[in-house]
Amino acid sequence: MRPRASVLVGFAIIAVYAAAALLGPLLSPYGEAEVVGDVWEPFSAAHPLGTDNLGRDMLSRLLWGASRTIGVALAATLLAFGIGMTLGYLAAVVGGWVDMILSRGIDTLMAIPTLIFALVVLAVLPPSVVILILVIAVLDSTRVFRLARAVAMDVVVMDFVEVARLRGERLGWIVFREVLPNTLPPLIAEFGLRFCFAFLFLSSLSFLGLGIQPPAADWGGMVRDNANAISFGLPIPLIPAAAIAILTIGVNLVVDWQLERSSGARRGVRP
Amino acid sequence: MHPLLRLVAQRLVLGAGTLLVVSALIFAGTEILPGDVAQAILGQTATPEAVAAIREDLGLDRPAWVRYLDWLAGFLRGDLGTSLANRVPISEMIAGRLENTLFLAGVAAAIAVPVAITLGVIAARFRETWLDKTISIVTLSAISMPEFFIGYILIFVFAVKLFWVPSIASVFPGMDFLDRLYAVSLPVATLSLVVIAHMMRMTRAAIVNVMASPYIETAELKGLTRSRITLHHALPNALSPIINVVVINLAYLVVGVVVVEVVFVYPGMGQLMVDAVAKRDVPVVQATGIIFAATYVLLNLTADVLAILANPRIRHAR
Repeated sequence: MRPRASVLVGFAIIAVYAAAALLGPLLSPYGEAEVVGDVWEPFSAAHPLGTDNLGRDMLSRLLWGASRTIGVALAATLLAFGIGMTLGYLAAVVGGWVDMILSRGIDTLMAIPTLIFALVVLAVLPPSVVILILVIAVLDSTRVFRLARAVAMDVVVMDFVEVARLRGERLGWIVFREVLPNTLPPLIAEFGLRFCFAFLFLSSLSFLGLGIQPPAADWGGMVRDNANAISFGLPIPLIPAAAIAILTIGVNLVVDWQLERSSGARRGVRP
Repeated sequence: MHPLLRLVAQRLVLGAGTLLVVSALIFAGTEILPGDVAQAILGQTATPEAVAAIREDLGLDRPAWVRYLDWLAGFLRGDLGTSLANRVPISEMIAGRLENTLFLAGVAAAIAVPVAITLGVIAARFRETWLDKTISIVTLSAISMPEFFIGYILIFVFAVKLFWVPSIASVFPGMDFLDRLYAVSLPVATLSLVVIAHMMRMTRAAIVNVMASPYIETAELKGLTRSRITLHHALPNALSPIINVVVINLAYLVVGVVVVEVVFVYPGMGQLMVDAVAKRDVPVVQATGIIFAATYVLLNLTADVLAILANPRIRHAR
């Protein structure tokens, strides 16, 4: 199947954001919290995207924010996959009461809307970056658990796993050498979706003032800081908000194509 | 007992159990600190007297499970506790706001559901044409955007540039229905856009899924038109997943309302909860949290029960 133009756009967007996240602080013309001008200055050669509500350079803060916002979301997603996949494989391979307890526990956690549970927890925990990563990762890992358990369930009944069990291999071997390599493809597509979730979730929390705390630059927080500009007819909060939206659209375009491709391939081999 | 009744009864019991565990989790969520809540609320610089006062207020000298049962019993009697920040009974703070939130979510749902299902059917009918592809890209973009982005774009265009509607959704008790509708037009539009996109994609997927069945091929070979096949043959059988999708999106609506209320400074439950979290007003956070969570659980339960009722194989079981 020839990749559509929309997929190439998606990959291009991801590449640009990856570059901004890696090189952002180096490329940015001013410091992260450096006050360099007046409040909400218009676009100019010195400040290509104008200045924010405290007179800080908008472009610099966007670049600093890229590495922080994307970095935190990525860390949370990786941790979510670590937790979710470990528990999911454990439930599938061991089965029995371990599976029951884990599955029922995760079901209950999923019965509470994620944003609401995060708000409850953040009411008592200090809003540090580590806490944010942990909270987002734990809530996001429930979805990873469900998928990892489901795909691993199909693999553990295969003969080669049975052979490994009879050979007397230990749990670690069965999980990492037998099940993991055979369940990776669907989980990779899921990674894009979970990253989008973590990224939007972090941005929403920061927008509500409960995520990454000022003066650190973060895109959701930048929308919040500059929200008042809109009543003066200045589209300033739309800049960081668009930065968030464009990345999630880019990732979704790629994931959508990948999901469609894999289901299309399956359709092909069916009689 | 009729198998249908038994299944529904099972779901209801399960739902009641879930609600109970969810209430315990919400309560436990504020207990996960190694120290205690009083210290967390006041921070490191608090005087011992202030910490002791809050501790007494929250009854922290008693074990957690006693406080949980006490809180739960109060909740069932309609006593939601007292706010730490301003000493007002929480039920008073919530009364008008709950109504406002339900109004906002209700209007959004009334618009979103018919539009989403119509668009979904159209996209499925014209599958793989430019119309379907356009709808697909637009809705994919809509679900990828944070709600506040859509909200601020709508404010910028329709309130700031065109002066059509107010940018801040201020409502007050005794307001005329039409005035109220006008005041919430932008938040309703924001919520509807996100939910329509999601619902429409899943409606299309449900119909496309049914269209792969052999009986649809028979209908095609009989020479029926594609519109007739989509509406009369595929849609009725896709109804059960579609009902499910609709109710799940209504549940989402209840939560999505939190961010939208903050964008439009709308006096609802979401705004109240976010303010309470910022002020570390734990009793208010618990009360609003449990109301949001309970609504979510109940709507998901409704989706389950409706899915059972819509399945003819269970309905006409012998």
